[in-house]
Amino acid sequence: MNALVTVDHLRVEFATDSGPVVGVEDVSFAINPGETVCVVGESGSGKSVTSLSLMRLVEFGGGTIAGGTLTFVRPDGSVLDVAGASPAVMQDVRGNEIGMIFQEPMTSLNPVFTIERQLTDGLMLHRGLSKDAARARALEMLRQVRIPEPERRLKQYPHELSGGMRQRVVIAMAMACEPRLLIADEPTTALDVTIQAEILALINRLKREKGMAVLFITHDMAVVAQMADRVVVMYHGKIVETGTVEDIFENPKEEYTRALLAAVPKLGEMKGKAAPEKMRLIGDEAARAAVAASAPMQRRSEVLLEVKHLTTRFPVKGGILRRTVAQVHAVEDVSFTLNVGETLALVGESGCGKSSCGRSILRLIEPTSGEVWIGGRDIGALNRQDLRRARRDMQMVFQDPFASLNPYRRLKDQVAEPIQNFGLARGQELRDRVAEIFDRVRLPREFMSRFPHELSGGQRQRAAIARALAVNPKLIVADEAVSALDVSVQAQVLNLMMELQADLGLSYLFISHDMAVVERVAHHVGVMYLGRIVEIGPRPSVLDNPRHPYTQQLLSAVPIADPRKRKFKDDLSFKPITSPIFPLGHVAAPSTYTEVGPGHLVLNG
Amino acid sequence: MKRFLSPKGLVGIILVTLIALVGILAPLLIPPEAATAMDMTARLAPPSANHLLGTDQLGRDILIRVLLGSRLSLEIAVTAVMISIVIGLPLGMVSGYFGGRIDNVLMRLVDTLLAFPALLLALTISAVLGPNLQNTIIAIGVAFTPYLARIVRGEALRVAQMPYVEAARAAGTTDLFILSRHVLPNILPAIIVQATISLAFAILAEAGLSFLGLGTQPPAASWGLMIQASRDYLERAPWTALAPGAAVALTVLGLNMFGDVLRDILDPRSK
Repeated sequence: MNALVTVDHLRVEFATDSGPVVGVEDVSFAINPGETVCVVGESGSGKSVTSLSLMRLVEFGGGTIAGGTLTFVRPDGSVLDVAGASPAVMQDVRGNEIGMIFQEPMTSLNPVFTIERQLTDGLMLHRGLSKDAARARALEMLRQVRIPEPERRLKQYPHELSGGMRQRVVIAMAMACEPRLLIADEPTTALDVTIQAEILALINRLKREKGMAVLFITHDMAVVAQMADRVVVMYHGKIVETGTVEDIFENPKEEYTRALLAAVPKLGEMKGKAAPEKMRLIGDEAARAAVAASAPMQRRSEVLLEVKHLTTRFPVKGGILRRTVAQVHAVEDVSFTLNVGETLALVGESGCGKSSCGRSILRLIEPTSGEVWIGGRDIGALNRQDLRRARRDMQMVFQDPFASLNPYRRLKDQVAEPIQNFGLARGQELRDRVAEIFDRVRLPREFMSRFPHELSGGQRQRAAIARALAVNPKLIVADEAVSALDVSVQAQVLNLMMELQADLGLSYLFISHDMAVVERVAHHVGVMYLGRIVEIGPRPSVLDNPRHPYTQQLLSAVPIADPRKRKFKDDLSFKPITSPIFPLGHVAAPSTYTEVGPGHLVLNG
Repeated sequence: MKRFLSPKGLVGIILVTLIALVGILAPLLIPPEAATAMDMTARLAPPSANHLLGTDQLGRDILIRVLLGSRLSLEIAVTAVMISIVIGLPLGMVSGYFGGRIDNVLMRLVDTLLAFPALLLALTISAVLGPNLQNTIIAIGVAFTPYLARIVRGEALRVAQMPYVEAARAAGTTDLFILSRHVLPNILPAIIVQATISLAFAILAEAGLSFLGLGTQPPAASWGLMIQASRDYLERAPWTALAPGAAVALTVLGLNMFGDVLRDILDPRSK
């Protein structure tokens, strides 16, 4: 079979103040018609640069194709030299013969144009269609991507659509001219897992129906396993390994691929294991030894955190007088307990209230009602002074290690800050203590005088954990603490967190959307939906035997890093999440639960 | 340290140093009466060997007046801008960081002041306090405060929503410490930019007040006053405006470039 796209010894350079920097080097692969090739790699591996080069869009980011050839077979059978083509030819190819889907559906649609305008512009330009014909085609495209009520959508603006619907529009735009190649650059990374499943299934169906080739860029090995025919693994701008998806997953040849695969948690692999287990790491001997040496974590059945009927509502302002016209029921009658030395994971999709729940417990946002007891003290009843003192026991680790550290302060000052806040140490003692904490999170001591931007993402998150640990808290609320990290780094940080738990008896409230990670780290799991916990209980019980329909839906949407367990063949359509906004005076029914197993509760109704 | 020594930064540093040197040294080296020495035979004379930058309507040497006027102009501008920072910075930071009712009250106050043209405001304040140099400086400083407070507030509002501020709060950090260690360094770049722009306007505002008899009084020389006085002779003797105008422009340019350098030095990410 003749390849549709060939990339041969591609080299892309970026001009910087200190001379050219190589973005990718010696990259060669081919894509056949009707085939999905996944380019997978961690951040900075050059996977996006590769895909942008194929569109020659890399030039708009300051890059130049410095070497190698890129060819693309046009519909008339002629072979286009992409690297040497004129801008006019490329303009004709882009969006017409090669379609592209970007990561962020919020920003890849222009907010001031209607959906119709976004869809028809390309059709009128590339296909020379009249306005009416373009509208008819746009409507047909919306139907193809299975958007409900397509006629109404044409008149709407992007902000009126949900994230999943927006990404469907983006796909419709990319597909409108029936491209021979679809480039999807992390198309589901910003989406919830059920929407991700829908979008992946949609791409699979369109590929099958149209015989289109897909170049799929992702960092997520589970998505690769679900989507790819062939896989290109990239690292530091070079290709590490290429092969069929089965070969890569079952018989990886390179050390890097093996390490990458080992670091990926697979949902379901913890079946039959009672306690959390550390991640496997290959190539990191110290960590491996630590995994082997660590005894099963001891648990004491002593309650640390007790949350009773916690409710948090945000006002929705409206009208000329900016009066409160409705309320967002962000957290609605949530109750649970967390024992000393244990991890409770709160899982759910965006907007389900899991982050608000964590922040309400720490009173970073004020809950509307309910009680939060930590170590025999009602946090909700404390005044400002006492609350500040109580923060010693409860610390937080945030999602984005780039944003949660102040770029203008040295790390040692940021880690020392909580200690100084409570006047626990000063002078040499303070310095020693900070140095110890750096050792504890395995950051080299010479990092103490550095600024956050001098560290990698994983190192920054270690620094953020160091800051949280500085005052020996009892509870750490980890809000998506590893979501922004690459898988291998994520595994290291998770292992560190589990070690700290075993050594220091920490309790974690682990807020996450990633079911596979949760399965590994949590003792207990609470599933949140529309502000309520719909199901909560011991991890084996909840994940292996989900009883609430929402938990079942969530689990069925999680991609599994095994190419032999493909889930997303046919169209999927999950029940969309309804709005948590209720009019003023709405009386929410209390949460009542049925016990379906020991400690396993399911929301009634 | 790369950008510190960029050509632009270097020019900024040299300019600011030169201007500061002139401001300090000129009054020490040039006798004050030189500024008022009149040469009635050469009124409004174009630049020549005798008068390098020409003379004004009273036959005074413009070069000498520009050099001697530098101290007064810079003194007024720098002090006035410092006053506006001293008042506007805490005001804006508190407003933006705490928000809510404090923000509403403070910003309505600022909006009220903003409704008046800065010069009119300075004029009123100056007239109330009494016309002397010190009061002029205070008046200009106060008149510029609302602009600075607005900008600081906007920046503080942005920084207050950054995760590192929430992280600090979660770590039990007091508001005062968050404001001084987290918010302030992160809004500094915006303040530097605004301060350099304000400096230029302050030099000109002083001229306006002087014209109305509330600022520097003739025959003392200040750049603003010289520009003001040149108005009537612009067609016949454009050099009377050109020299002090260029002095203001060079100062602002230098400060602007210097401000960029300062911002880069303060930003650990640029090293």
